[in-house]
Amino acid sequence: MSATAAPAAVKPMISIDSISKWYGPVQVLKDCTTQVTKGEVVVVCGPSGSGKSTLIKTVNALEPIQKGSITVDGIGVQAKGTNLPKLRSRVGMVFQHFELFPHLSITDNLTLGQRKVLGRSNEDARTRGLKLLDRVGLSAHAHKYPGQLSGGQQQRVAIARALSMDPIVMLFDEPTSALDPEMVGEVLDVMVNLAREGMTMMVVTHEMGFARKVANRVVFMDRGEIVEDATKDDFFDKPRSDRAQTFLSKILAH
Amino acid sequence: MNYNWNWGVFFDPSPEGVGTYADMLLSGLLWTLATALCSWIIAFALGSIIGVMRTLPSKLANAIGTGYVELFRNIPLLVQMFLWYSVVPEILPQAWGDWLKQLPNASFYTAVVCLGFFTASRVAEQVRTGIETLARGQRMAGTALGLTTAQTYRYVLLPNAYRIILPPLTSEFLNNMKNTSVALTIGLLELTARARSMQEFSSQVFEAFTAATVIYLLISLVVVTLSGLLERRVAVPGSR
Ligand SMILES: Nc1ncnc2c1ncn2[C@@H]1O[C@H](COP(=O)(O)OP(=O)(O)OP(=O)(O)O)[C@@H](O)[C@H]1O
Ligand SMILES: [Mg+2]
Repeated sequence: MSATAAPAAVKPMISIDSISKWYGPVQVLKDCTTQVTKGEVVVVCGPSGSGKSTLIKTVNALEPIQKGSITVDGIGVQAKGTNLPKLRSRVGMVFQHFELFPHLSITDNLTLGQRKVLGRSNEDARTRGLKLLDRVGLSAHAHKYPGQLSGGQQQRVAIARALSMDPIVMLFDEPTSALDPEMVGEVLDVMVNLAREGMTMMVVTHEMGFARKVANRVVFMDRGEIVEDATKDDFFDKPRSDRAQTFLSKILAH
Repeated sequence: MNYNWNWGVFFDPSPEGVGTYADMLLSGLLWTLATALCSWIIAFALGSIIGVMRTLPSKLANAIGTGYVELFRNIPLLVQMFLWYSVVPEILPQAWGDWLKQLPNASFYTAVVCLGFFTASRVAEQVRTGIETLARGQRMAGTALGLTTAQTYRYVLLPNAYRIILPPLTSEFLNNMKNTSVALTIGLLELTARARSMQEFSSQVFEAFTAATVIYLLISLVVVTLSGLLERRVAVPGSR
Protein backbone atom coordinates (compact mmCIF):
# COMPACT_ATOMS: atom_id res chain seq x y z
CA MET A 1 0.00 0.00 0.00
CA SER A 2 2.63 2.55 0.99
CA ALA A 3 6.34 2.79 0.41
CA THR A 4 7.39 2.72 4.07
CA ALA A 5 5.12 -0.08 5.19
CA ALA A 6 6.99 -3.09 6.49
CA PRO A 7 7.33 -6.08 4.19
CA ALA A 8 4.62 -8.67 4.64
CA ALA A 9 7.06 -11.15 6.12
CA VAL A 10 7.56 -9.01 9.23
CA LYS A 11 5.27 -10.15 11.97
CA PRO A 12 3.28 -7.25 13.40
CA MET A 13 3.95 -6.39 17.05
CA ILE A 14 0.34 -5.29 17.48
CA SER A 15 -2.35 -6.55 15.17
CA ILE A 16 -5.84 -5.15 15.57
CA ASP A 17 -8.23 -7.11 13.44
CA SER A 18 -11.81 -5.94 12.75
CA ILE A 19 -12.62 -5.08 16.34
CA SER A 20 -15.92 -3.63 17.50
CA LYS A 21 -16.97 -2.47 20.92
CA TRP A 22 -20.24 -1.31 22.40
CA TYR A 23 -21.13 0.51 25.60
CA GLY A 24 -24.65 -0.77 25.99
CA PRO A 25 -26.42 0.17 22.75
CA VAL A 26 -23.73 2.67 21.71
CA GLN A 27 -21.07 1.36 19.37
CA VAL A 28 -17.79 3.14 20.18
CA LEU A 29 -15.45 1.09 17.95
CA LYS A 30 -16.62 0.09 14.49
CA ASP A 31 -14.74 -2.67 12.74
CA CYS A 32 -11.30 -1.17 13.37
CA THR A 33 -8.26 -2.76 11.74
CA THR A 34 -4.65 -1.65 11.95
CA GLN A 35 -1.19 -2.95 12.71
CA VAL A 36 1.97 -1.78 14.35
CA THR A 37 5.19 -3.47 13.33
CA LYS A 38 8.30 -3.74 15.44
CA GLY A 39 10.10 -0.45 15.83
CA GLU A 40 7.25 1.50 14.32
CA VAL A 41 5.74 4.66 15.84
CA VAL A 42 2.04 5.04 15.08
CA VAL A 43 0.22 8.21 16.06
CA VAL A 44 -3.52 7.96 16.63
CA CYS A 45 -5.51 11.17 16.34
CA GLY A 46 -9.05 12.32 15.82
CA PRO A 47 -11.77 14.47 17.37
CA SER A 48 -12.80 14.16 20.98
CA GLY A 49 -14.97 11.13 21.61
CA SER A 50 -13.87 9.38 18.44
CA GLY A 51 -12.67 6.31 20.36
CA LYS A 52 -8.90 6.82 20.50
CA SER A 53 -8.53 6.05 24.20
CA THR A 54 -10.86 3.12 23.90
CA LEU A 55 -8.91 1.71 20.94
CA ILE A 56 -5.54 1.97 22.67
CA LYS A 57 -6.90 0.43 25.86
CA THR A 58 -8.16 -2.61 24.02
CA VAL A 59 -4.56 -3.49 23.14
CA ASN A 60 -3.74 -4.51 26.72
CA ALA A 61 -7.32 -5.55 27.47
CA LEU A 62 -8.04 -2.68 29.83
CA GLU A 63 -11.16 -2.39 27.70
CA PRO A 64 -12.82 -5.61 26.54
CA ILE A 65 -14.12 -5.90 22.96
CA GLN A 66 -17.17 -7.73 21.67
CA LYS A 67 -16.00 -8.53 18.15
CA GLY A 68 -12.74 -9.06 16.32
CA SER A 69 -9.36 -9.96 17.71
CA ILE A 70 -6.08 -8.42 18.79
CA THR A 71 -2.67 -10.00 19.03
CA VAL A 72 0.40 -8.58 20.73
CA ASP A 73 3.68 -10.21 19.68
CA GLY A 74 1.63 -13.10 18.34
CA ILE A 75 -0.30 -13.67 21.54
CA GLY A 76 -4.08 -13.40 21.32
CA VAL A 77 -5.33 -10.79 23.80
CA GLN A 78 -8.80 -12.33 23.86
CA ALA A 79 -7.59 -15.93 23.64
CA LYS A 80 -8.79 -18.19 26.46
CA GLY A 81 -5.46 -19.35 27.82
CA THR A 82 -3.70 -15.98 27.70
CA ASN A 83 -2.08 -14.86 30.93
CA LEU A 84 -3.30 -11.27 30.87
CA PRO A 85 -1.17 -9.90 33.74
CA LYS A 86 1.92 -11.28 32.02
CA LEU A 87 0.90 -9.87 28.65
CA ARG A 88 0.13 -6.49 30.20
CA SER A 89 3.48 -6.39 31.94
CA ARG A 90 5.13 -6.48 28.52
CA VAL A 91 3.00 -3.59 27.23
CA GLY A 92 3.95 -0.27 28.80
CA MET A 93 1.14 2.23 29.21
CA VAL A 94 1.24 5.97 29.91
CA PHE A 95 -1.96 7.77 30.85
CA GLN A 96 -3.19 11.30 30.36
CA HIS A 97 -3.30 11.91 34.11
CA PHE A 98 -0.02 10.11 34.90
CA GLU A 99 -1.61 7.81 37.48
CA LEU A 100 1.49 7.47 39.59
CA PHE A 101 0.75 5.76 42.89
CA PRO A 102 0.45 8.77 45.23
CA HIS A 103 1.28 6.89 48.44
CA LEU A 104 4.55 5.49 47.12
CA SER A 105 7.85 7.30 46.71
CA ILE A 106 9.15 7.76 43.16
CA THR A 107 11.55 4.87 43.74
CA ASP A 108 8.74 2.61 44.95
CA ASN A 109 6.59 3.64 41.99
CA LEU A 110 9.42 2.45 39.77
CA THR A 111 10.00 -0.83 41.58
CA LEU A 112 6.51 -2.05 42.52
CA GLY A 113 5.77 -3.71 39.19
CA GLN A 114 9.27 -5.10 38.83
CA ARG A 115 9.09 -6.73 42.25
CA LYS A 116 5.50 -7.94 42.30
CA VAL A 117 5.04 -8.87 38.65
CA LEU A 118 8.50 -9.74 37.40
CA GLY A 119 9.75 -11.06 40.73
CA ARG A 120 12.94 -9.03 40.69
CA SER A 121 14.84 -8.54 43.92
CA ASN A 122 14.66 -5.21 45.73
CA GLU A 123 18.20 -4.23 44.80
CA ASP A 124 17.84 -5.29 41.21
CA ALA A 125 14.56 -3.40 40.81
CA ARG A 126 16.02 -0.36 42.51
CA THR A 127 19.11 -0.27 40.34
CA ARG A 128 17.07 -0.54 37.17
CA GLY A 129 14.51 1.98 38.40
CA LEU A 130 17.14 4.57 39.26
CA LYS A 131 18.84 4.07 35.92
CA LEU A 132 15.55 4.84 34.17
CA LEU A 133 14.93 7.81 36.41
CA ASP A 134 18.31 9.12 35.31
CA ARG A 135 17.31 8.56 31.72
CA VAL A 136 14.27 10.83 32.12
CA GLY A 137 16.44 13.36 33.94
CA LEU A 138 14.95 13.04 37.41
CA SER A 139 17.64 11.27 39.48
CA ALA A 140 17.49 13.99 42.10
CA HIS A 141 13.85 13.20 42.90
CA ALA A 142 14.05 9.48 43.73
CA HIS A 143 13.05 9.91 47.36
CA LYS A 144 10.16 12.30 46.71
CA TYR A 145 6.47 11.52 46.35
CA PRO A 146 4.38 12.13 43.21
CA GLY A 147 2.53 15.02 44.85
CA GLN A 148 5.82 16.86 45.21
CA LEU A 149 6.60 16.84 41.49
CA SER A 150 5.28 19.00 38.65
CA GLY A 151 2.99 17.48 36.05
CA GLY A 152 5.76 17.18 33.51
CA GLN A 153 8.03 15.49 36.01
CA GLN A 154 5.26 13.09 37.05
CA GLN A 155 4.64 12.12 33.45
CA ARG A 156 8.35 11.45 32.92
CA VAL A 157 8.31 9.23 36.00
CA ALA A 158 5.25 7.47 34.60
CA ILE A 159 7.17 6.77 31.40
CA ALA A 160 10.09 5.45 33.43
CA ARG A 161 7.69 3.27 35.42
CA ALA A 162 6.33 1.75 32.22
CA LEU A 163 9.88 1.21 30.91
CA SER A 164 10.91 -0.49 34.15
CA MET A 165 8.97 -3.56 33.01
CA ASP A 166 11.15 -3.87 29.87
CA PRO A 167 8.13 -3.56 27.58
CA ILE A 168 8.17 -4.71 23.98
CA VAL A 169 5.73 -1.97 23.07
CA MET A 170 4.59 1.30 24.63
CA LEU A 171 1.10 2.78 24.54
CA PHE A 172 0.50 6.48 25.24
CA ASP A 173 -2.94 8.02 25.75
CA GLU A 174 -2.64 11.79 25.31
CA PRO A 175 0.46 11.95 27.52
CA THR A 176 0.81 15.73 27.25
CA SER A 177 -2.76 17.00 27.13
CA ALA A 178 -3.11 17.39 30.90
CA LEU A 179 0.13 19.37 31.16
CA ASP A 180 0.78 23.09 31.35
CA PRO A 181 2.14 24.20 27.97
CA GLU A 182 5.63 24.83 29.30
CA MET A 183 5.95 21.19 30.39
CA VAL A 184 4.87 19.56 27.17
CA GLY A 185 8.34 19.79 25.66
CA GLU A 186 10.17 17.87 28.38
CA VAL A 187 7.78 14.93 28.04
CA LEU A 188 7.84 14.94 24.25
CA ASP A 189 11.66 14.96 24.34
CA VAL A 190 11.64 11.75 26.35
CA MET A 191 9.19 10.21 23.90
CA VAL A 192 11.20 11.30 20.86
CA ASN A 193 14.33 9.72 22.32
CA LEU A 194 12.42 6.55 23.00
CA ALA A 195 11.18 6.45 19.43
CA ARG A 196 14.68 7.03 18.07
CA GLU A 197 15.99 4.17 20.17
CA GLY A 198 13.64 1.91 18.27
CA MET A 199 10.80 1.43 20.75
CA THR A 200 7.55 0.26 19.18
CA MET A 201 5.00 2.91 20.09
CA MET A 202 1.30 3.60 19.67
CA VAL A 203 0.61 7.18 20.68
CA VAL A 204 -2.71 8.97 20.98
CA THR A 205 -1.80 12.64 20.69
CA HIS A 206 -2.71 15.90 19.07
CA GLU A 207 0.92 17.02 19.06
CA MET A 208 1.39 17.08 15.32
CA GLY A 209 4.96 18.29 15.75
CA PHE A 210 5.72 15.00 17.49
CA ALA A 211 3.95 13.09 14.74
CA ARG A 212 5.96 14.86 12.04
CA LYS A 213 9.21 14.26 13.87
CA VAL A 214 9.03 10.56 14.70
CA ALA A 215 5.83 8.92 13.50
CA ASN A 216 5.95 6.33 10.75
CA ARG A 217 2.20 6.21 10.35
CA VAL A 218 -0.84 8.16 11.41
CA VAL A 219 -4.19 6.57 12.20
CA PHE A 220 -7.08 9.01 12.05
CA MET A 221 -10.28 8.11 13.85
CA ASP A 222 -13.74 9.61 13.78
CA ARG A 223 -16.93 8.33 15.41
CA GLY A 224 -15.43 4.97 16.29
CA GLU A 225 -14.02 4.29 12.85
CA ILE A 226 -10.50 4.29 11.53
CA VAL A 227 -11.05 6.71 8.71
CA GLU A 228 -7.48 6.98 7.57
CA ASP A 229 -4.41 4.82 8.14
CA ALA A 230 -1.55 6.32 6.18
CA THR A 231 2.15 7.00 6.24
CA LYS A 232 3.01 10.24 7.97
CA ASP A 233 3.78 12.05 4.74
CA ASP A 234 0.65 10.89 3.02
CA PHE A 235 -1.46 11.88 6.00
CA PHE A 236 -0.10 15.39 6.30
CA ASP A 237 0.41 16.14 2.61
CA LYS A 238 -2.57 14.49 0.99
CA PRO A 239 -5.21 13.33 3.45
CA ARG A 240 -7.81 11.45 1.46
CA SER A 241 -10.94 11.93 3.55
CA ASP A 242 -12.78 15.19 4.11
CA ARG A 243 -12.96 14.46 7.80
CA ALA A 244 -9.19 14.19 8.12
CA GLN A 245 -8.72 17.38 6.12
CA THR A 246 -11.14 19.28 8.35
CA PHE A 247 -9.45 17.88 11.45
CA LEU A 248 -5.99 18.80 10.22
CA SER A 249 -6.94 22.32 9.23
CA LYS A 250 -8.45 22.86 12.66
CA ILE A 251 -5.59 21.43 14.63
CA LEU A 252 -2.82 23.04 12.60
CA ALA A 253 -4.58 26.39 12.76
CA HIS A 254 -3.59 26.97 16.36
CA MET B 1 -35.99 20.51 92.66
CA ASN B 2 -35.31 18.54 95.77
CA TYR B 3 -32.26 16.61 94.94
CA ASN B 4 -29.57 15.54 97.33
CA TRP B 5 -26.29 16.05 95.57
CA ASN B 6 -23.70 13.65 96.85
CA TRP B 7 -20.52 13.46 94.83
CA GLY B 8 -18.99 11.30 97.53
CA VAL B 9 -21.30 8.46 96.47
CA PHE B 10 -18.60 7.03 94.21
CA PHE B 11 -16.62 6.00 97.26
CA ASP B 12 -19.54 4.32 98.99
CA PRO B 13 -19.46 0.57 98.91
CA SER B 14 -21.50 -0.86 96.07
CA PRO B 15 -24.35 -3.29 96.78
CA GLU B 16 -22.29 -6.05 95.20
CA GLY B 17 -20.43 -6.46 98.44
CA VAL B 18 -16.94 -5.85 97.10
CA GLY B 19 -15.62 -2.47 96.04
CA THR B 20 -17.17 0.94 95.65
CA TYR B 21 -19.51 2.43 93.07
CA ALA B 22 -16.39 3.79 91.37
CA ASP B 23 -15.07 0.23 91.00
CA MET B 24 -18.40 -0.77 89.56
CA LEU B 25 -18.22 1.94 86.89
CA LEU B 26 -14.63 1.03 86.19
CA SER B 27 -15.57 -2.59 85.56
CA GLY B 28 -18.34 -1.31 83.25
CA LEU B 29 -15.77 0.80 81.41
CA LEU B 30 -13.52 -2.22 80.91
CA TRP B 31 -16.38 -4.26 79.43
CA THR B 32 -17.27 -1.33 77.18
CA LEU B 33 -13.70 -1.07 75.96
CA ALA B 34 -13.30 -4.82 75.48
CA THR B 35 -16.57 -5.05 73.56
CA ALA B 36 -15.76 -2.00 71.43
CA LEU B 37 -12.27 -3.20 70.51
CA CYS B 38 -13.12 -6.83 69.84
CA SER B 39 -16.17 -5.96 67.73
CA TRP B 40 -14.14 -3.37 65.84
CA ILE B 41 -11.64 -6.03 64.78
CA ILE B 42 -14.48 -8.04 63.23
CA ALA B 43 -16.08 -4.91 61.77
CA PHE B 44 -12.86 -3.71 60.19
CA ALA B 45 -11.85 -7.05 58.68
CA LEU B 46 -15.29 -8.09 57.51
CA GLY B 47 -16.24 -4.56 56.44
CA SER B 48 -13.10 -4.31 54.33
CA ILE B 49 -13.88 -7.60 52.59
CA ILE B 50 -17.51 -6.64 51.94
CA GLY B 51 -16.54 -3.15 50.79
CA VAL B 52 -13.97 -4.58 48.37
CA MET B 53 -16.54 -7.07 47.07
CA ARG B 54 -18.82 -4.20 46.11
CA THR B 55 -16.07 -2.73 43.91
CA LEU B 56 -14.94 -5.94 42.21
CA PRO B 57 -15.71 -6.52 38.53
CA SER B 58 -17.90 -9.50 39.46
CA LYS B 59 -21.69 -9.38 39.56
CA LEU B 60 -21.87 -12.12 42.16
CA ALA B 61 -19.42 -10.38 44.49
CA ASN B 62 -21.34 -7.09 44.06
CA ALA B 63 -24.63 -8.79 44.86
CA ILE B 64 -23.30 -10.48 48.00
CA GLY B 65 -21.74 -7.22 49.17
CA THR B 66 -24.86 -5.18 48.52
CA GLY B 67 -27.08 -7.78 50.15
CA TYR B 68 -24.93 -7.83 53.25
CA VAL B 69 -24.88 -4.06 53.63
CA GLU B 70 -28.61 -3.64 53.07
CA LEU B 71 -29.44 -6.43 55.51
CA PHE B 72 -27.27 -5.32 58.39
CA ARG B 73 -27.69 -1.59 57.92
CA ASN B 74 -31.46 -1.63 57.79
CA ILE B 75 -32.38 -3.80 60.76
CA PRO B 76 -32.31 -1.77 63.98
CA LEU B 77 -29.30 -2.64 66.11
CA LEU B 78 -31.53 -3.42 69.10
CA VAL B 79 -33.40 -6.00 67.05
CA GLN B 80 -30.17 -7.51 65.81
CA MET B 81 -28.93 -7.79 69.39
CA PHE B 82 -32.04 -9.78 70.35
CA LEU B 83 -31.79 -11.94 67.26
CA TRP B 84 -28.19 -12.91 67.98
CA TYR B 85 -28.91 -13.51 71.64
CA SER B 86 -32.25 -15.30 71.58
CA VAL B 87 -32.90 -16.59 68.10
CA VAL B 88 -29.51 -17.67 66.76
CA PRO B 89 -28.85 -20.25 69.54
CA GLU B 90 -32.27 -21.75 68.82
CA ILE B 91 -31.85 -22.17 65.08
CA LEU B 92 -28.35 -23.63 65.37
CA PRO B 93 -28.01 -27.41 65.72
CA GLN B 94 -29.05 -28.38 69.28
CA ALA B 95 -25.55 -29.16 70.54
CA TRP B 96 -24.11 -25.85 69.33
CA GLY B 97 -27.03 -23.90 70.79
CA ASP B 98 -26.59 -25.58 74.18
CA TRP B 99 -22.88 -24.93 74.09
CA LEU B 100 -23.51 -21.24 73.33
CA LYS B 101 -26.02 -20.87 76.14
CA GLN B 102 -23.76 -22.30 78.82
CA LEU B 103 -20.79 -20.20 77.67
CA PRO B 104 -19.57 -17.89 80.46
CA ASN B 105 -19.92 -14.24 79.41
CA ALA B 106 -22.28 -15.26 76.61
CA SER B 107 -23.65 -11.72 76.44
CA PHE B 108 -20.13 -10.40 75.82
CA TYR B 109 -19.46 -12.75 72.90
CA THR B 110 -22.90 -12.11 71.51
CA ALA B 111 -22.43 -8.36 71.70
CA VAL B 112 -19.01 -8.59 70.03
CA VAL B 113 -20.36 -10.63 67.13
CA CYS B 114 -23.52 -8.56 66.78
CA LEU B 115 -21.74 -5.20 66.81
CA GLY B 116 -18.97 -6.56 64.60
CA PHE B 117 -21.43 -7.64 61.90
CA PHE B 118 -23.49 -4.46 62.24
CA THR B 119 -20.55 -2.05 62.10
CA ALA B 120 -19.00 -4.08 59.27
CA SER B 121 -21.85 -2.91 57.03
CA ARG B 122 -20.94 0.69 57.80
CA VAL B 123 -17.20 0.12 57.39
CA ALA B 124 -17.96 -1.59 54.07
CA GLU B 125 -19.70 1.52 52.77
CA GLN B 126 -16.72 3.67 53.74
CA VAL B 127 -14.25 1.29 52.10
CA ARG B 128 -16.33 1.20 48.93
CA THR B 129 -16.55 4.99 48.82
CA GLY B 130 -12.81 5.26 49.39
CA ILE B 131 -12.01 2.92 46.52
CA GLU B 132 -14.50 4.62 44.22
CA THR B 133 -13.07 8.04 45.04
CA LEU B 134 -9.77 6.92 43.55
CA ALA B 135 -11.42 6.87 40.12
CA ARG B 136 -10.70 4.26 37.52
CA GLY B 137 -7.27 5.59 36.70
CA GLN B 138 -5.42 4.06 39.63
CA ARG B 139 -6.97 0.66 39.05
CA MET B 140 -6.04 0.87 35.36
CA ALA B 141 -2.48 1.91 36.17
CA GLY B 142 -2.04 -1.09 38.46
CA THR B 143 -3.67 -3.45 36.00
CA ALA B 144 -1.63 -2.09 33.09
CA LEU B 145 1.59 -2.76 35.01
CA GLY B 146 0.59 -6.41 35.15
CA LEU B 147 -0.55 -6.52 38.76
CA THR B 148 -3.33 -9.02 39.39
CA THR B 149 -6.63 -7.77 40.77
CA ALA B 150 -5.62 -8.89 44.26
CA GLN B 151 -2.25 -7.15 43.98
CA THR B 152 -3.85 -3.98 42.65
CA TYR B 153 -6.07 -3.86 45.73
CA ARG B 154 -3.29 -4.77 48.10
CA TYR B 155 -0.61 -2.38 46.85
CA VAL B 156 -2.52 0.41 45.14
CA LEU B 157 -6.22 0.78 45.92
CA LEU B 158 -6.50 -0.11 49.59
CA PRO B 159 -3.50 1.86 50.91
CA ASN B 160 -4.96 4.95 49.25
CA ALA B 161 -8.55 4.23 50.16
CA TYR B 162 -7.77 3.75 53.87
CA ARG B 163 -5.93 7.06 53.92
CA ILE B 164 -8.92 8.82 52.40
CA ILE B 165 -11.43 7.26 54.79
CA LEU B 166 -9.48 7.53 58.02
CA PRO B 167 -11.67 10.40 59.37
CA PRO B 168 -15.03 8.69 58.65
CA LEU B 169 -13.62 5.40 59.95
CA THR B 170 -12.80 7.18 63.20
CA SER B 171 -16.45 8.22 63.50
CA GLU B 172 -17.53 4.67 62.82
CA PHE B 173 -15.19 3.47 65.54
CA LEU B 174 -16.76 5.94 67.97
CA ASN B 175 -20.28 4.98 66.88
CA ASN B 176 -19.36 1.36 67.50
CA MET B 177 -18.06 2.25 70.95
CA LYS B 178 -21.27 4.08 71.81
CA ASN B 179 -23.38 1.25 70.39
CA THR B 180 -21.91 -1.13 72.96
CA SER B 181 -24.47 0.34 75.37
CA VAL B 182 -27.21 -1.45 73.42
CA ALA B 183 -25.74 -4.68 74.78
CA LEU B 184 -27.12 -3.89 78.20
CA THR B 185 -30.39 -5.23 76.82
CA ILE B 186 -28.87 -8.69 76.64
CA GLY B 187 -27.33 -8.39 80.07
CA LEU B 188 -23.81 -7.15 79.36
CA LEU B 189 -22.65 -5.17 82.38
CA GLU B 190 -21.00 -2.40 80.40
CA LEU B 191 -20.70 1.22 81.37
CA THR B 192 -24.28 2.35 80.78
CA ALA B 193 -25.67 -0.72 82.53
CA ARG B 194 -23.40 -0.02 85.48
CA ALA B 195 -24.43 3.63 85.65
CA ARG B 196 -28.05 2.51 85.61
CA SER B 197 -27.66 0.04 88.45
CA MET B 198 -25.70 2.61 90.44
CA GLN B 199 -28.61 4.99 90.00
CA GLU B 200 -31.10 2.32 91.06
CA PHE B 201 -29.24 1.39 94.22
CA SER B 202 -28.02 4.81 95.34
CA SER B 203 -30.71 7.04 93.81
CA GLN B 204 -27.92 9.40 92.75
CA VAL B 205 -29.05 9.53 89.12
CA PHE B 206 -27.21 12.71 88.14
CA GLU B 207 -23.89 11.66 89.63
CA ALA B 208 -24.08 8.24 87.99
CA PHE B 209 -24.87 9.51 84.52
CA THR B 210 -22.55 12.51 84.74
CA ALA B 211 -19.76 10.05 85.42
CA ALA B 212 -20.80 7.84 82.49
CA THR B 213 -21.07 10.85 80.17
CA VAL B 214 -17.67 12.16 81.14
CA ILE B 215 -16.13 8.74 80.62
CA TYR B 216 -17.68 8.38 77.14
CA LEU B 217 -16.44 11.86 76.26
CA LEU B 218 -12.95 11.06 77.49
CA ILE B 219 -12.81 7.91 75.38
CA SER B 220 -13.89 9.93 72.33
CA LEU B 221 -11.23 12.52 73.05
CA VAL B 222 -8.53 9.88 73.28
CA VAL B 223 -9.70 8.14 70.09
CA VAL B 224 -9.89 11.38 68.12
CA THR B 225 -6.41 12.36 69.30
CA LEU B 226 -4.94 8.98 68.38
CA SER B 227 -6.65 9.08 65.00
CA GLY B 228 -5.20 12.54 64.36
CA LEU B 229 -1.73 11.24 65.20
CA LEU B 230 -2.23 8.26 62.91
CA GLU B 231 -3.44 10.54 60.13
CA ARG B 232 -0.30 12.64 60.37
CA ARG B 233 1.85 9.53 60.57
CA VAL B 234 0.49 8.02 57.33
CA ALA B 235 0.10 11.32 55.47
CA VAL B 236 1.73 11.23 52.07
CA PRO B 237 4.28 14.00 51.48
CA GLY B 238 3.10 16.50 48.90
CA SER B 239 -0.57 15.46 48.99
CA ARG B 240 -3.09 18.12 49.57
N1 LIG C 1 -17.31 3.94 30.39
C1 LIG C 1 -18.02 4.40 29.34
N2 LIG C 1 -19.34 4.20 29.28
C2 LIG C 1 -20.05 4.64 28.22
N3 LIG C 1 -19.53 5.31 27.18
C3 LIG C 1 -18.21 5.55 27.20
C4 LIG C 1 -17.38 5.11 28.27
N4 LIG C 1 -16.12 5.49 28.01
C5 LIG C 1 -16.17 6.13 26.83
N5 LIG C 1 -17.41 6.17 26.33
C6 LIG C 1 -17.81 6.76 25.06
O1 LIG C 1 -17.07 6.15 24.04
C7 LIG C 1 -16.72 7.07 23.05
C8 LIG C 1 -15.23 7.04 22.81
O2 LIG C 1 -14.57 7.51 23.96
P1 LIG C 1 -13.00 7.68 24.03
O3 LIG C 1 -12.66 8.08 25.40
O4 LIG C 1 -12.36 6.46 23.49
O5 LIG C 1 -12.76 8.87 23.03
P2 LIG C 1 -11.43 9.67 22.75
O6 LIG C 1 -11.26 9.66 21.29
O7 LIG C 1 -10.34 9.14 23.57
O8 LIG C 1 -11.84 11.13 23.20
P3 LIG C 1 -10.94 12.26 23.93
O9 LIG C 1 -10.17 12.94 22.86
O10 LIG C 1 -11.98 13.16 24.52
O11 LIG C 1 -10.09 11.59 24.95
C9 LIG C 1 -17.23 8.42 23.50
O12 LIG C 1 -18.42 8.69 22.83
C10 LIG C 1 -17.49 8.24 24.96
O13 LIG C 1 -18.57 9.03 25.37
MG1 LIG D 1 -9.20 9.92 25.20
